[in-house]
Amino acid sequence: MELVLAIGIGVMTGSGVWLLLRPRTYQVIVGLSLLSYAVNLFIFGVGGIKRHAPPILPEGGIADPARFTDPVPQALVLTAIVIGFATTALFLVVLLASRGLTGTDHVDGREQSK
Amino acid sequence: MNDEDLLLLLLTLPFLGSFAAALLKTAARTAAASLAGLVALAALVITAALYPSVAGGNVVRISFEWLPTLDLNFTLRMDGFAWMFAMLITGIGLLVAVYAHYYMSKEDPVPRFFSFLLAFMGAMLGIALSGNLILLAIFWELTSIVSFLLIGYWHQNAAARDGSRMALTVTGMGGLCLLVGLLLLGHIAGGYDLDKVLAAGDAIRAHPLYLPALILVLMGALTKSAQFPFHFWLPNAMAAPTPVSAYLHSATMVKAGVFLLVRLWPALSGTYEWFWLVGLAGTATLLLGAYFAIFQQDLKGLLAYSTISHLGLITTLLSLGSPLAAVAAIFHMMNHATFKASLFMAAGIIDHETGTRDMRRLSGLFRFLPITATLAMVASAAMAGVPLLNGFLSKEMFFAETVETHADSMLDKALPYIATIAGAFAVTYSLRFIHTVFFGPPPTDLPKAEPHEPPHWMRLPIELLVLLCLIVGMVPAMSIGPFLHTAVTAVLGTETPEYSLAVWHGFNLPLVMSIVALAAGTLLYLLLRRYLATCENGPPLFRHLQGQRIFERILVTVSWKWARWLEAYSGTRRLQPQLRLLTALGFVAAFVPLYFGGFHPRPLSFARPDLVFSMIWLIGIFSALGAAYQAKYHRVAALTMLGGAGLMTCLTFVWLSAPDLALTQLLVEVVTTVLILLGLRWLPKRNEKIDNTVNFSGRLRRLRDLTIAVACGIGMSLLSYAVMTLPVPDAIANYFLEKAYTEGGGRNVVNVILVDFRAFDTMGEITVLAIVALTVFALLRRFRPAADSVAVPEQQRIQNAYDDARPERAPGDTVRDYLLVPSVIMQWLFPVIITFAAFLFVRGHDLPGGGFAAGIAMAIAFLLQYLAGGARWAEDRLRILPVRWIGAGLLTAAATGMGSWLFGRPFLTTYAQYVDIPLIGKVPLATAMLFDLGVFALVVGATVLMLIALAHQSIRVYRVRSPEPLKSEEA
Repeated sequence: MELVLAIGIGVMTGSGVWLLLRPRTYQVIVGLSLLSYAVNLFIFGVGGIKRHAPPILPEGGIADPARFTDPVPQALVLTAIVIGFATTALFLVVLLASRGLTGTDHVDGREQSK
Repeated sequence: MNDEDLLLLLLTLPFLGSFAAALLKTAARTAAASLAGLVALAALVITAALYPSVAGGNVVRISFEWLPTLDLNFTLRMDGFAWMFAMLITGIGLLVAVYAHYYMSKEDPVPRFFSFLLAFMGAMLGIALSGNLILLAIFWELTSIVSFLLIGYWHQNAAARDGSRMALTVTGMGGLCLLVGLLLLGHIAGGYDLDKVLAAGDAIRAHPLYLPALILVLMGALTKSAQFPFHFWLPNAMAAPTPVSAYLHSATMVKAGVFLLVRLWPALSGTYEWFWLVGLAGTATLLLGAYFAIFQQDLKGLLAYSTISHLGLITTLLSLGSPLAAVAAIFHMMNHATFKASLFMAAGIIDHETGTRDMRRLSGLFRFLPITATLAMVASAAMAGVPLLNGFLSKEMFFAETVETHADSMLDKALPYIATIAGAFAVTYSLRFIHTVFFGPPPTDLPKAEPHEPPHWMRLPIELLVLLCLIVGMVPAMSIGPFLHTAVTAVLGTETPEYSLAVWHGFNLPLVMSIVALAAGTLLYLLLRRYLATCENGPPLFRHLQGQRIFERILVTVSWKWARWLEAYSGTRRLQPQLRLLTALGFVAAFVPLYFGGFHPRPLSFARPDLVFSMIWLIGIFSALGAAYQAKYHRVAALTMLGGAGLMTCLTFVWLSAPDLALTQLLVEVVTTVLILLGLRWLPKRNEKIDNTVNFSGRLRRLRDLTIAVACGIGMSLLSYAVMTLPVPDAIANYFLEKAYTEGGGRNVVNVILVDFRAFDTMGEITVLAIVALTVFALLRRFRPAADSVAVPEQQRIQNAYDDARPERAPGDTVRDYLLVPSVIMQWLFPVIITFAAFLFVRGHDLPGGGFAAGIAMAIAFLLQYLAGGARWAEDRLRILPVRWIGAGLLTAAATGMGSWLFGRPFLTTYAQYVDIPLIGKVPLATAMLFDLGVFALVVGATVLMLIALAHQSIRVYRVRSPEPLKSEEA
């Protein structure tokens, strides 16, 4: 299970980095989204992964902490997801504005001279 | 009031006065001056009243905890030495305030001047009274800043701007060095409390970090006291109004450096390094300052160099490391302040009355200003060290000390000669000052004709100071004696030597040196008189070697040439190389420590691969790769696959016991996809046929990027694998799991962490969210999108043609009814989704859900209405004010947090209780829920704001759309 997830994270990172280095704004925004998935999953995995152990306590409180997965990375990732959405939106607007202003969707605001 | 409160009042009073003066109207000259005078007077009285408490070696202390874990406390401490310095600051401050009232012109914004002056007084008192090294460094920097403001007070004057900038650069840099030095000292002594550091003198001197600490502290002290080679800022600071020069640049601020050396004398002095570093700087300054002073043509320039030289004298005394020399240093600090401040004020009067400070133009002023002239003569006699004046006493002590052997070396042997030569120079420039300005033929080309005596109140401060020079000079033991003794004992403690303050010590070597200096100085003046009457400003030979030039050249080199060079060779405006560099650096930064630190991930285990999970990730991997592959030419396909990867992430969260994350991820995925879809229409069309020929360098670039991407991917895989298989240490997780129910009152631990345990973090995060949303909104308000890159779709064209062909149908009817059934369903879903959001919100504390998820769900409800009927339709029926939602959310969250103050608890303490509600049953009710409500409202507002702002752009486009079909662009 860990291996599968690790490979998945790796592929997402690789694809994200590749897109990050491309010249078109749209590629970069897709790349950033992929990277944020990868990073979120990575942080999520820091606490170790467990099945059938959500950090939802039974009625009346705790029995045994070992029966639950680590809630701290989850709390971190939850806010990261929401903030990631906000920054994606911001970037989208910036790229649209840049396209409107410069007439191109190149990340530098002008086509590269060859 | 007890002493401790008085001490606190003494420090706060000038700052309060400064604040009050800043609020006065620009024209309120007299009010500002009176305020400053009264504050200074009150501070002087308070200081004087504290004398009985510090006499006899006692110390007044008051301390507040600030950051006690770092041993950083707000400690004020007044001993005899600090008392004497405080007297100097408040006393001269009072006189300067009186003087300045008459000096400042009607056009100047006077309240601002007095506001700065009082702030400076406060900062200076802070240095004198600090009982903690860090606090001292803070006040130290504060004096640099206020000094900058005061020198640049006439900011319309270029010289003032340059002078203030230079002073700030030099003293500010010294201040930074000092801070590091003091941190080192505190580290060695094991605390920043001044008493602790002073008591740890032996440990400090023996410590291997002693030399770096000493050099850094000296950098601070020497820059502040304008010691060679940092002396050049002081003459340039003379562009300040004269009261500032009198106050800051002769009596107080430049004394801060030597004050610090005296203050830390018990902790740092007495070593060989101390003798050489301090001694070299001191003697060089003493000699060069006096020499340069002779050749100045500007009155204030002469006084500035003379100040530098006298400060050098004090530094030299301190370098000797003997207690007697320290006594002389403290004594001379006081004496110099009295005669130099009065001389500056006299120079100000001369400038004021004649309109110039150029000694080549001034002459014979005695007949116009007899009283001022007499006062200036007495003061400059004190400066020259003429008997029966205070300057003579401390200079004699200095001469006596130079004769003694301290650290046996060349420098020590040369010291008596250096001292005598410098003494002779002092006589020369003092004589020159008096003779050129007051004697000789009447002046011929003064800018202001008919100079006359200033108002008596303007002269009064000089009279008082000169009187002090005389009293101390004639009956030292009876006047300054006890106070000096108190100050000296405070520094030296048990080491306090026997010293005598008599005027006549018999015919001894120091007296011979004095006589030689007087005679040689007079002779030198007679020789140089002709030359000086016409020569250029500055000493011969050295004239061209100006510190200012060197300083500016260094600044230009560092901040312009080197920066340009660096920019030219390593900078780029292009984003791709920057990102490439960043990514590569990130990879290396992770790789190097892991590789050299011995990174051994567990051997890969292929056992029991979960089939379903593997299938999920097979899809996830293909989606990610597909998105990467298609992002250039097929945006919608790439977006779909990005969504696929997101869904797989979401399923992973479900699979691995993170229901909250899965829920939030799913909702965010929906919103993100819609958002990007909204934006797609403004991106240019890209044709796969064009740009298909990639040349060699392009291929090379791609290969390089691919390598970076693959390396990062593999690295990330290994790292995640290692992290996930690592045995989890006993982390804070258990704490949260155990306390969530008992203290947070909720069973969903993730939610309890977000809204209770770490609510302050969440508060920060929702603030960020609000700011981003507002930024998006602001950007889109001014933004005109590019023309649509997509022409009207074929199906719409056919529908419109159908309408046009039939007379009973208006154009657009068919388009309006397009997808009617889905949009009706979407409209009907509105209440359903709102209920769903409410459901998510209420159960959030116990079960997956909560403010974030509910907020996004609610935003989706609004979004659907826009999708169903278009922006106009939705806004005709719904009044959504997202900015208010954001504001209300932030306020609710903050108010909930502050509510706990009412019960005497820290910010964001929560209270939890289960409440039975009829029909619904037992519901957890915690104040955290109110906080969560704030989160909910803010998330709704922010998300809706961003979506609506983007959706509105489509309305704008209709407005600007041209009748012709748009040409599709070529990429």
